[in-house]
Amino acid sequence: MSAEAADAGAILPQRGGLSGRLSDLFWKRPGLLVFLMLTPPVLWLGIVYLGSLFTLLIQSFYSLDEFSGLVIPEFTLKTYAELLRPSNFDIIMRTVVMAALVTLASAIIAFPIAYMAARYARGKWKALFYLGVMLPLWSSYLVKVYAWKLILAKEGILTWLFEVLHITPILDAILAIPVIGGNSLSVSYIGTFLVFVYVWMPYMILPTQAALERVPINLTDASSDLGGNPWQTFRHVIFPLALPGIIAGSIFTFSLTLGDYIIPQIVGSSRLFIGQAVYTQQGTAGNIPLAAAFTVVPIVIMGFYLWMAKRQGAFDAL
Amino acid sequence: MRSDLDKAPWGLKLAAGAGLLYLFVPLLIIFVYAFTTEEKSFVWPPPGLTLKWFAVTWGRPDVWAALSLSLQVAAVATAIAMVLGTLCAAAVSQTRFFGREMISLLVILPIALPGIITGIALRSAFSMFEIPFSFWTIVLGHATFCVVVVYNNAVARFRRTSGSLIEASMDLGADGFQTFRYVILPNIGTALLAGGMLAFALSFDEVIVTTFTAGQQQTLPLWMLEELIRPRQRPVTNVVAMVVVLVTFLPILLAFYLTRDGDQVAGAGK
Repeated sequence: MSAEAADAGAILPQRGGLSGRLSDLFWKRPGLLVFLMLTPPVLWLGIVYLGSLFTLLIQSFYSLDEFSGLVIPEFTLKTYAELLRPSNFDIIMRTVVMAALVTLASAIIAFPIAYMAARYARGKWKALFYLGVMLPLWSSYLVKVYAWKLILAKEGILTWLFEVLHITPILDAILAIPVIGGNSLSVSYIGTFLVFVYVWMPYMILPTQAALERVPINLTDASSDLGGNPWQTFRHVIFPLALPGIIAGSIFTFSLTLGDYIIPQIVGSSRLFIGQAVYTQQGTAGNIPLAAAFTVVPIVIMGFYLWMAKRQGAFDAL
Repeated sequence: MRSDLDKAPWGLKLAAGAGLLYLFVPLLIIFVYAFTTEEKSFVWPPPGLTLKWFAVTWGRPDVWAALSLSLQVAAVATAIAMVLGTLCAAAVSQTRFFGREMISLLVILPIALPGIITGIALRSAFSMFEIPFSFWTIVLGHATFCVVVVYNNAVARFRRTSGSLIEASMDLGADGFQTFRYVILPNIGTALLAGGMLAFALSFDEVIVTTFTAGQQQTLPLWMLEELIRPRQRPVTNVVAMVVVLVTFLPILLAFYLTRDGDQVAGAGK
């Protein structure tokens, strides 16, 4: 039915006033309303976000003149080649390995909490579990990092704890391990790792819990009826069904570790991570093209990761 | 209620309990340090307890300036995010149209990619177009990643709100604006409020993007970062840290309370 025909057949007279006419117009043409509603957010995100992202990507194809220190706005792949230099490539590998380890540890620590909340907690306890995850998740990021600086400091609570328990030699032995050890926990890779896991682990709990909640209880019962011991039930029934949730959570832990530059700066050795490299390149070094090329690394890795996750059905678990 | 928990194997209980302790103990330690008498180091256990640092912090103008800037930025960014997020959610959930998936992706992208990418992208755009750093450059960054929080909450609620309510309102003679005011808004109101709370908390706490979009001004997280790298008066930092934890708990608890009956409780994704 065309608009004119609808007018002719309308029972009610046309509404008066500007708002009445406008609301009639939107009723007749819902597409117009959707268009008007979408324009502000799409313009904002399109211009502010995608626009910025695009200017950044363009700059990664520029290069820095080594003598004048100025950016030459001509297309080149030279900056990308610089990423493969041993010193820069080490930064990338170090960050990726750290992100993978953090993700693995988060999955292991998060699973019991998620399983408990999904399978056994009911009513009031369910709410408590939820808040128990939510409050640390939403607490100030910097405060959490700061808390760990206090804990890991040489004169701090961990050293004290080891002393009280008379196991200081164990701490010394851990710190003496080459590469991951150091002068104190707060300047070692172990420290960086602990803080990363602490800060990003809550992001793993909720998707894992959501996946576990969808596992029908009679599946585990069936497994035990058929003679499966708890480990076999976990290995062959629960874990495969929870995997999409774990992968969904790992998207967060992996991506957030990959891009972080504050944690390794405050707790850790002086060796750089991708985020720190980006920060120093764009700041003190003034090498925007190299900084831009460095940011492309996490984008590419995450793109690949998301593609893999989608194939595993992780997005249905989000 | 309790019996369900009791049925869990003890190994699982132990692991879950240890995991939750790991999450909470560091936050509690901050609380103890806020009262310590020790000024120069992070020595544990604290040699003595005092309330002195609360008074010292109260008298620090730089803390107040940072707090006030953070609150202003969060308020404006939240307002923008609420308008944009609600519009987007309404359009996406009420109709099907070409490119709907793309819109969802566009909204989620600023939070899916690491914050440093958003930050440096904005910074390079500001320098390319010679936009000077100001209050508004900080707001610009914050509003961009806050949209998704409001959007997620609003979309979840729209999904639960039945379309027949809107049709009934129209059949009874209400025009589009009246339907919005008396039918849609009361239905999505609490979800929007929860989304707003979370957006506020997100903006109030943001540091990674802010380091790239702020010039000389300091938001509270930037102030804390400065203290972490170049400590001036450690006890003051301890007090601020404790207050920040307490202040961020409030909007989270409120958002949880507002959406607890829904199919999707607020704040599941940050």
